[in-house]
Amino acid sequence: MASSTVENRSFALRYGSMAFVVIWLIIAAFPFFWTLWGSFKVELDFFSIADWTDALTGPRTEAVHGSPFTSAGYEGAWLQEEFWRAVINTSLVCLFVVCVSLTIGTLGGYALSRSGFRYTFWLLIIALIFRAVPPITLVAGYLLPFFEFNLWGHLSTAAIVLVALNQPFTLWMLHSFFQKIPKDLDESAKVDGCTQFQAFRHVIIPVMWPGVITTGLFSFLLAYNDFAVTAMLLAKENQTMVPKIASFLGTTQTEGNVMFAVAASVSAVIPLFILVMFFQRQIVSGLTAGAVKG
Amino acid sequence: MRHRTFFWFFLPTALAMLIFHAAPMVSIAIQSVFLPHEQVVVTVESCGPFGCTETVTVDQEATKALREAEPLGRFAGLQVYFDRGHLAIAELGQAWKNSATMGEFISTMANLPLYRALAFTLTYTFVATPLLIILGFAIAVAVNNLGPMMKGPVIFFSLLPFVVTPLIGSLILFWMVDARGILGSFIQWVAGDPTLSLKASTSLTWIMIIIYGIWNSAPFAFVVFYAGLQTLPQDTLESAMIDGATRWQRIRYVVVPHIMPLVTFVALIQLMDNFRVFEPIVGFSAEAHATSLSWIIFNDLGGETRQLSSAAANSVLTIIGVAILLSPVLVRTWRDFNAKT
Repeated sequence: MASSTVENRSFALRYGSMAFVVIWLIIAAFPFFWTLWGSFKVELDFFSIADWTDALTGPRTEAVHGSPFTSAGYEGAWLQEEFWRAVINTSLVCLFVVCVSLTIGTLGGYALSRSGFRYTFWLLIIALIFRAVPPITLVAGYLLPFFEFNLWGHLSTAAIVLVALNQPFTLWMLHSFFQKIPKDLDESAKVDGCTQFQAFRHVIIPVMWPGVITTGLFSFLLAYNDFAVTAMLLAKENQTMVPKIASFLGTTQTEGNVMFAVAASVSAVIPLFILVMFFQRQIVSGLTAGAVKG
Repeated sequence: MRHRTFFWFFLPTALAMLIFHAAPMVSIAIQSVFLPHEQVVVTVESCGPFGCTETVTVDQEATKALREAEPLGRFAGLQVYFDRGHLAIAELGQAWKNSATMGEFISTMANLPLYRALAFTLTYTFVATPLLIILGFAIAVAVNNLGPMMKGPVIFFSLLPFVVTPLIGSLILFWMVDARGILGSFIQWVAGDPTLSLKASTSLTWIMIIIYGIWNSAPFAFVVFYAGLQTLPQDTLESAMIDGATRWQRIRYVVVPHIMPLVTFVALIQLMDNFRVFEPIVGFSAEAHATSLSWIIFNDLGGETRQLSSAAANSVLTIIGVAILLSPVLVRTWRDFNAKT
């Protein structure tokens, strides 16, 4: 690293910052591992009045199930409460949202980055304002028309709403990615006789894949993590994962149900974990993409 | 690009934003000035041998027909905005007259649902945002000091709180700070009070949610600042060192000015996101102690009786809040833009 040769750091400083990073990592990651471990226990161990170490060793789990680990929470959530249905629904919604919002977002973002007229600035500002409006306020506007036209409760309605809510962010991100691609590229394609769309399709998109994948990841995260829209717009039998987990909490009065929520939460976090593992570089580049413009 | 080509490229996304952003904003503005129809009442006079009696009954069919014919309800003007559930003009006026001290007036105000939500939303936004920027910057500087081998794993684990579903993230922390959870027991042990429960105290609930907010968003600030640190001008740093600047002075006069634009960017994004704080209140079941603007809209919309007018009025007020929050940015962008062209 260049800076460490330039600056002759003292050992104390080096160890100090290392200790700080370690503390931060524990704060960041420990809750996930703790909950993963605890999801294989019974409720009286995970929430132990007597001794917190019960959650580690699981004496009551052993007393009930004959082993310190039990998959009772997972069985209850996935089979008894049909969490698998919510998983399928979430997958469908996410797939649809990613595909559609990337398709219309790349078209729009490309147009914004290639048109030199004043209105592109205003369109971006309007998108920024839409981005700032909390989604739940818009949901309040959807409900009445959706009831009137019998659109409420369907998976497809929620997916289309999520695509639209995603657009301002997608536009900004793709716009900043397209700006980095030299304009000469599509100009020369047009000189060779391509139409604007052909230049976009055959010249720009092939070099845009990294940006498209990054934006797709963020669209996925938005659809996957949403609670306000899906909780309000989906009927009970069409629920996606996050509102389903929230509905477990409403029925936690009977013992053991809270472990359904714990198990379901762990199940919902694991795909995110894998996602970060494989796409860490893209997520980092996406977070900094908007910042480049300042 | 010609206007015509631009139009066709931009049309799908413009339609999506018109239908699902612009139209609902108009829709809530309209809904907020209407109230649901009252029940249709018919007075029936039934006469018997001992004189006539009048009975009042609800005409179910007529009520249903009226509600179906005019789903918006009856026009109510700004009545919804001024009632107790929202701006509570009359109640505030009363309190202003009757309160002996400012403190008394403020405590009355804090019991009105809208002001209660506003107080928490603003506190959360303006406490969590600066703190998470500072923490993110500290992590970025510390990670920048590490060897290259460790950076990948550190960034991986740091990203987890950021990508996790907000509701699930807050649930995970909530289960840990439960009086019977590991953090809850730890806090009881530190405080020496085995009955201490974070859920029971308003101020502790606020602190808990704010800490969740920092935990959730600090990784975002960290990653942005870390990327900014990679582009530090090395010669400026070197010349500062030759001129005898201490480490702290180098951070203060070289590093911070370099990443200042990034701080503005993170602050803008986080102000927008923190203003809509909602999931942690559900996750921490904190509604008895802390509510937010988004939460009261959600609460209006949920349940058996969907109070659309009330939710719409709250939404309009929230959007006005967002506009006020965003106005400095918009004014600045507008000035920059005019200076450029």
